Amino acid sequence: MSRRSDLLLSIADDELILGWRNSEWTGIAPFLEEDVAFSSIAQNEIGHARALYELAAAELGTTADELAFDRRPDEYRCAPLVQLRRLEWARTIARHWLYETADEIRLAALKNSDDPEIAGIAAKMDREEAYHRMHAEMWVDRLLSSEDGRSRLSEAVDELWPYALGVLDDELRPELRRRAEERLGRKLPDVEPVSRGVNEAELVQLWEEMTIVRRSAPKGAQW
Amino acid sequence: MIYEVFRQERKGQPFQHAGTVTAPDERFAEIYAREQYGRRQESAALWLAPRGAVSEIDDFPDEFDLKYRRVDGYSIKTRLREARERAGTLDMAPGAGGDG
Repeated sequence: MSRRSDLLLSIADDELILGWRNSEWTGIAPFLEEDVAFSSIAQNEIGHARALYELAAAELGTTADELAFDRRPDEYRCAPLVQLRRLEWARTIARHWLYETADEIRLAALKNSDDPEIAGIAAKMDREEAYHRMHAEMWVDRLLSSEDGRSRLSEAVDELWPYALGVLDDELRPELRRRAEERLGRKLPDVEPVSRGVNEAELVQLWEEMTIVRRSAPKGAQW
Repeated sequence: MIYEVFRQERKGQPFQHAGTVTAPDERFAEIYAREQYGRRQESAALWLAPRGAVSEIDDFPDEFDLKYRRVDGYSIKTRLREARERAGTLDMAPGAGGDG
């Protein structure tokens, strides 16, 4: 597999799995407006995944659906951060914010890519991610504004920090640390990043659920 | 807090009431309203007002049945024409074929 396909699949898998995880809040988010907003964000992520899979599929001679659903769990390249199942609001917001911050750094780099298709898709994604960032920053400000919120966010960020570093390649990690520390107004621990490559056990459970319809349908079924 | 949301479909058009959002403060309200009333390119602009900013009107009771203060059912067209005839300005009226 080319470096280009590998890159496209890594990001597509991040967006698909995070979209899936975020959609686990649909119907049970803290209140109705948040439910609608967070579900919409989840749908956007899955839309980004589809666009990225289509680019990769054209190169690999396959289809977006086959890439999204027909690989084995150990073939997914998503960062462990998005695989974790954390159905707890402070952790969800912490992951959302850490991911969006990392994603902004990654997209800024990709927008300068020599490959016009990659630069184009990164620019399109970035325009939609602007809403996601606005939403994440609003929650971070809200949590930082009270003692209780600050300590819950802090605890969640500390837990997820090694995973957040793992979303990015080595050279982009210092920028993530700089932005996160500036935003939180404190140092974050020096830790070994949990990088992509080894998948969490939780991904297998998600995969079972995500692919159950596809696996139960005859090959070539039309949707 | 409940916020009333008004949306403008295209630039220059009047704002119309779209619905409400419930949110802890103005910033949350704006971000939720963007999602609920702007996500599908259906709005060029949104205008949010906290429900408390909406005034109810109850200080103009019509105790003496002053019908003439209401315009419903009051045909002004004929009276206006007569008044214009008297003033000699009929040919200047809109639609009369004059310059104005």
